[in-house]
Amino acid sequence: MLTIKNLHAEVDGKQILKGINLEIRKGEMHAIMGPNGSGKSSLSSVLAGRENYTVTQGEVIFEGKNLLDMAPEDRAREGLFMAFQYPVEIPGVSNLHFLKTALNEIRAYHNLPALESKEFLKLTKEKQQLVDFNANLMNRSLNEGFSGGEKKRNEVFQLAMLDPKLAILDETDSGLDIDALRIVAAGVNKLRSADKAFMVITHYQRLLEYIVPDFVHVLYNGQIVKTGTKELALELEEKGYDWLKEEVHQKESV
Amino acid sequence: MTSDKSFYEFISNGVPGPEQKVDADNAILPARKLAFSRFKELGLPTIKTEEWRYTNIQRYLKDAFTLAQEEQGTVTAEQLKSASIPQLDSYRAVLVNGRLQADLSTLPSGGKVTVSKLSDAAGNAQLQAWFDKHPHLQSQPFAALNAALFADGLFIEAGMNASLDKPLHIIHVYTASANAFIQPRHLVVLHKSATLEVIESVVGISDNAIAFVNGVTEIVLEENAELWHYNIQNTVKNSRHIHHTSATQKADSRYHHFNFTLPSAELTRNNLSVALTGSNTETNLHGLYLATGTQHVDNHTFVDHLVANCNSNELYKGVLLDDANGVFTGRIHVNQDAQKTNAFQQNNNLLMSEKANINSQPQLEIYADDVKCSHGFTVGRFSEEALFYLRSRGIGAEAAKSLLVNAFAFDITDQVHIPALQDFLAEKIRQYVAGAINN
Repeated sequence: MLTIKNLHAEVDGKQILKGINLEIRKGEMHAIMGPNGSGKSSLSSVLAGRENYTVTQGEVIFEGKNLLDMAPEDRAREGLFMAFQYPVEIPGVSNLHFLKTALNEIRAYHNLPALESKEFLKLTKEKQQLVDFNANLMNRSLNEGFSGGEKKRNEVFQLAMLDPKLAILDETDSGLDIDALRIVAAGVNKLRSADKAFMVITHYQRLLEYIVPDFVHVLYNGQIVKTGTKELALELEEKGYDWLKEEVHQKESV
Repeated sequence: MTSDKSFYEFISNGVPGPEQKVDADNAILPARKLAFSRFKELGLPTIKTEEWRYTNIQRYLKDAFTLAQEEQGTVTAEQLKSASIPQLDSYRAVLVNGRLQADLSTLPSGGKVTVSKLSDAAGNAQLQAWFDKHPHLQSQPFAALNAALFADGLFIEAGMNASLDKPLHIIHVYTASANAFIQPRHLVVLHKSATLEVIESVVGISDNAIAFVNGVTEIVLEENAELWHYNIQNTVKNSRHIHHTSATQKADSRYHHFNFTLPSAELTRNNLSVALTGSNTETNLHGLYLATGTQHVDNHTFVDHLVANCNSNELYKGVLLDDANGVFTGRIHVNQDAQKTNAFQQNNNLLMSEKANINSQPQLEIYADDVKCSHGFTVGRFSEEALFYLRSRGIGAEAAKSLLVNAFAFDITDQVHIPALQDFLAEKIRQYVAGAINN
């Protein structure tokens, strides 16, 4: 589904990603971990198409197409979704109107007719119950005045509504208390399926107790330095990142 | 024609004076003459005139104009479509260069609301009583010029307790075959406890010659009257507009003014002023200006709290794209007797290009000591992060921008009580934002 080859990217002239290689197949759940500043969020930004990042080398193929050639909206229309670490508040745009616009733009891209209001509301209700999103928040302005937990749950609700092929969760667990974390994780788990893939970016192993990954990758200094299974996450939790850093530096000096 | 001579010289000595007007045999001639000498005395403002600091009016007056009293102009039903508001059920008054066109209009009839040509109402006692009497017009040279030499306009009168079953939509069409200086004048009088909903659309239909429109609207709200007044300026590039709207509010009256300035007139200067002469009034002034290209939009507002216990609330929002230039000056005056005044003012601006510009200044003059007054001004750039957020959900850049601009304008458009008008404005905003991006 997603193939990242030797991806290099910089922001403000500073090299952040230094040769990422990653293959994600349908149905898989990948966790990206790593210390602060290792490039985790930069990777999600580059994949989603944030404009201040410049790709200097490498390629990303998503469902057979060159992802990096596409505008952010086209990436979304092709089936990529990123749940933001810091969802943006947009006063004056209602949550529902926003979702309807997004959904219909995606449908139009695939030559599908716009959803009738009735169908849209039915879908909304179904997904809102599925991911346990407060119905009162749907008519409010997008994220305006939402608590941190509500914002993250709104990201998962949007994910459910837009039904992407690949979802990137960028530190969705950051700032969540344990109850909110459980709800968010339960929502994500309900959305897992054989034809969908997830990339979960997190600093903490805690999230991975609730969302169990098939693979864990450790990002350090702009590269994936280690790949393993969920046990790797436990090991990191126990030993921290320092042993990995040392391992990397030893390799470099050899 | 002006050409070598300055505009002031041209008006003062080069055109037929008030005594040459068609209505010169009636009782407003003395007022016209007075206004003419007032204009000559005041002269034309320059950028050294405080109220015209940010709008160099001289440069818009340099072209050669004819005084288009006699410019009748024609308009077809087809051309009027551009001014129509879809789904709006309303009465309609169509004016071409300030003259009411009966054949294109559907006016209310048989009730206590009358809509007629101002020239036909010249003998009316209300006109005698109110014509050019508003205190705020006395120091305004363009308003004086209008009073002296205006061509025609509307007289709307709503009798005691009168109301209409639907809004009145006034469509002002301006058209010129040669550069023309056009002066319409209107008077609206709502008697005790009358209620009216008026939408005005200002449109242009030709770009061939410059239409310079210098208009004045005087409004009188008697006790407990209520006026919803929507003004939509949506005309062609080659038009220049100065408009004075001056209202007088008596006790318990409510005035809700909405001003929407949309592309593309190269100059728009609105002087909106309200004199609160009776207590317990409510005044809501809402403005939205969306300017593209090299448009210059200048809003001067003045709320004059003369007596106690009145409430005024003002919110103006501006979206400036391309090389557009905006000016906002909001003056609030609270007389020393005007205790328990509530007067609020806010001006927010969204600059969507590096070259767009805004000059905003509040002017609060408060002489009473038991009042609540506030003012605020903000200017913001477009939020790239919000734009990216919307795009990352599959919404195209253009749709995302128009969504954000509509969201910024929401506080204003949400106050519009006519759904068809709300939809019309949202669609206009979408069009102009998209158009500007595609430039």
